Amino acid sequence: MQRLQIKKDMMQLTNRSKVVSNKEMSFKEKLYIPAILSGMGVTFKHMFKKSVSLRYPEVTREFSPVYRGMHVLKRDEQGRENCTACGLCAVACPAEAITMDAAERNKGEENLYREEKYAAKYEINMLRCIFCGLCEEACPKDAIYLTDRIVPTEYKRNNFIYGKDVLVEKIDERIDITKRKKEYTID
Amino acid sequence: MIVLIFKVLLIIILFVISLGVAAYATYGERKVAAFMQDRIGPDRAGPFGILQPIADGVKLFVKEEIIPNVSDKLLFILGPCIFMITALMTSAVIPWGTPMVYEGTVLKLQVADINIGILYVFGVVSLGVYGIMIGGWASNNKFALLGAVRASSQMISYELAMGMSLIAVIMMNGSLSLTDIVDQQKGLNWNIWYQPLGFIIFLICAFAECNRTPFDLPECETELVGGYHTEYSSMKLGLYLFAEYINMFISGAVISCLYFGGYNFPGLEYLSSVLNPNLVAVISFGALFTKALFFVFFFMWIRWTIPRFRYDQLMKLGWQILLPLSIVNVLLTGAGLTIFSK
Ligand code: SF4
Ligand code: SF4
Repeated sequence: MQRLQIKKDMMQLTNRSKVVSNKEMSFKEKLYIPAILSGMGVTFKHMFKKSVSLRYPEVTREFSPVYRGMHVLKRDEQGRENCTACGLCAVACPAEAITMDAAERNKGEENLYREEKYAAKYEINMLRCIFCGLCEEACPKDAIYLTDRIVPTEYKRNNFIYGKDVLVEKIDERIDITKRKKEYTID
Repeated sequence: MIVLIFKVLLIIILFVISLGVAAYATYGERKVAAFMQDRIGPDRAGPFGILQPIADGVKLFVKEEIIPNVSDKLLFILGPCIFMITALMTSAVIPWGTPMVYEGTVLKLQVADINIGILYVFGVVSLGVYGIMIGGWASNNKFALLGAVRASSQMISYELAMGMSLIAVIMMNGSLSLTDIVDQQKGLNWNIWYQPLGFIIFLICAFAECNRTPFDLPECETELVGGYHTEYSSMKLGLYLFAEYINMFISGAVISCLYFGGYNFPGLEYLSSVLNPNLVAVISFGALFTKALFFVFFFMWIRWTIPRFRYDQLMKLGWQILLPLSIVNVLLTGAGLTIFSK
């Protein structure tokens, strides 16, 4: 008996469940009108509540710090690309969305790439990506982050394959990812 | 001659007002719905979205017009026309305000003061069923037909209880003319105080007659796509939708005339003794207009409060509850009249 009780308690994960009853309605309930009036009271009260809508394109809702949206390939303070084309992100990616070609840094390109090897081509297929964030966790070079930007819609499937032109942040338009930095990545 | 010109003018004004109210009622409905659901509602077209009805109208006009080949073309076009015309015609007998005076001629603010005003309203409202029925039938679509059948059976069923509740009012006021009925409700001496039960029955039936929630089964999207106007597009659909709002406005005005004193309000007598009669007429028109608009709001309020009835519940309510109740109401009124008139 007691075990049954415990089992029942465990089944109840929230305290919002209601017991359904098919009892006969009392005369007052059958009149409906009191119930309708109280319902009208509820809706009337809501007329004066603050609206929860945001006027979207002008005002955007702030995302939570754990929101995982479109990726960014970071540069360091001197504007050099962090990524070294190690491929760990591609290996970690459960959706196999990342492909890249590595290339060796030439003389005179030190101001472009931080490491001696860099990604000549780096593509993420946004239709494959499930935004799990494992690439971000796998990256040893602090190079890839998921931001709070939304991947826009497109008409063609091909347009969803984002190359370095989209992913690498612009030197003059840095993308803030401090929200996503975890303690062990801050060096 | 003056009377004729005045009547033509009045008809045009009423026509414009009805259409304007209908157009802005669509806007009002969306705003009311939004506020009741803690939203903002349309706010892009003009300040506070005030131009939204115009944008909607333009959209409806320029949309592609589709007439299904399997439909009956003539009836298909006739349907929305009838619905719209009947909706507009109802306003003809409503006394909109106290009489105006122009060069010694007394001009009633009423298009037609016929002595059977209430019966006229009734007759014309019932004709509205044809608009729906013909539209649904001519579409040659099973959903449209089902919606139309529902609409007509619902309207016919609720007309009975509505008529019965009206009889009590007619017994009290001793006249079928809306002018007389309104005249007898001077100040705050409104019929609602004597006929609360009749008013509730009438109001519920008015909801059913206008096909508004909770009785909007003829167009319930979950079962019937769009109901009787499933096949309609462009401005023909617009006519159906507009006519619904005109119906709401007119039934608001009729309810105000029958139970809430029409254009009467406390202090009207005093005003008419000191002010120019034309000004008083405008003020009294404002009073009726406000009352009618309140009922339009009330219709919306109910719509966003209670869910839709099931069809058997609808029929049960109409035949087994409202009809007997309204008969009881007639008996009570008769008893009350014999007791108190002695
Ligand atoms: S977020 Fe996940 S699915 Fe998307 S690219 Fe990174 S690892 Fe792959
Ligand atoms: S983004 Fe990071 S993990 Fe991926 S290839 Fe570049 S350095 Fe390696």
